[in-house]
Amino acid sequence: MTTVDLDAVREIAAAVDDPELPHVTIGDLGMVRTVALDAGRVHVTLTPTYTGCPATEEILADVRSALAAADIDAEVKMVMSPAWTTDWITTAGREKLRAAGIAPPAPAGEHPTVMLDLPVACPRCGSRRTRRLGDFGATACKAPFRCEACKEPFESFKSL
Amino acid sequence: MTDTSVLNASLLNHVLRHGDRALVLAQRLGQWVAHSPELEEDMALANISLDLLGQARVLYTYAAAVEGLGHDEDHFAYWREPGEFRNPLIVEQPNGDFAHTIARQFLHDAYAVAHWEAMRSSTDDTLAALANRAAKETSFHLRHSRGWLVRLGDGTDESHRRMQAGLDAMWPFAAELAARDDEEPLRQSGVVPDSGVRFAFDAEMASAVAEATLTAPERVDVATSGGGWDGAHSEHLPILLDELQVLARAHPGATW
Ligand SMILES: [Zn+2]
Repeated sequence: MTTVDLDAVREIAAAVDDPELPHVTIGDLGMVRTVALDAGRVHVTLTPTYTGCPATEEILADVRSALAAADIDAEVKMVMSPAWTTDWITTAGREKLRAAGIAPPAPAGEHPTVMLDLPVACPRCGSRRTRRLGDFGATACKAPFRCEACKEPFESFKSL
Repeated sequence: MTDTSVLNASLLNHVLRHGDRALVLAQRLGQWVAHSPELEEDMALANISLDLLGQARVLYTYAAAVEGLGHDEDHFAYWREPGEFRNPLIVEQPNGDFAHTIARQFLHDAYAVAHWEAMRSSTDDTLAALANRAAKETSFHLRHSRGWLVRLGDGTDESHRRMQAGLDAMWPFAAELAARDDEEPLRQSGVVPDSGVRFAFDAEMASAVAEATLTAPERVDVATSGGGWDGAHSEHLPILLDELQVLARAHPGATW
């Protein structure tokens, strides 16, 4: 390959699905950090969401194979710094979460250990009469809630 | 040794202490899976365990880089002997009943939040980046463990009695957590800016124990209750490590 379209590389990487969130891509989550050309090789860096997210290895493998399928030889790795925050989730990503029945995260704010229970809107009926049932849902990134209006349980993406 | 190599050895020791703290507690919590009082707790304890495992992996990978001997994260988890582990004693204590586990987790989390909050301003870029994330993750762990401490302590007579018993059993091991006098070089160079940790840790313990209507046991002397940070462990650690390491040791080099 003589020329590499870095925008196209970013697009391919960003289109890879997150293994744990239905129809949400890693681009939607804001995980694609940099796409750059260095010494003739494409370098892609991703930011992991949670430190212990078991999907991290799978995402790396998926991005590598998506790029390989497009005939792009790239070095793909995770970088820790700067740390990912839920504020990087795109508007489209937030809509997809809501459509999948997961309440999108509230703004994370500056100070991480202030645990504010901001009212979370039910992704089904939109009511803010909801109650947090715990700190951990099926995955570490979500917390279980219940809507007092429509009585349905749902999960909310934690602000981080 | 030169100043640089003293600092380097000190940094490696610090990184392994916290990697071991996270790994050993992750393994203990993993033992609860499918045994918790309710399904939600299975998920909570498993997710906390995964967060800790993720923190341990980052720390071990960094330890390998600091050490410079070509090891990887697996080396530190699977190929060291109990005496080489430097975790504080509290994390290797057996799960006991749910109240014992909650007492252990609360004391650990109260310390861990204070630790990571302080480490966010570390002059070491890798540790500061991990701290930014770990401070947030750990604050969710603390909200969970403190929530249970209060719910059980300020609950029925029976739950109060058992929560107090759990706290009494784990309390002696809390003293060691914020007491490490040999990291002075790291403090001076700003790698471990932990001057406020003990104060924040003590304040969190005092307020939670009061809210839970529990009684704080007597202070204990670190000289008689510590040693874990330096590799002096209880009989519980070798058994835990046997289980953790058996597969990797039976099939060296295997991947899964
Ligand atoms: Zn609703």
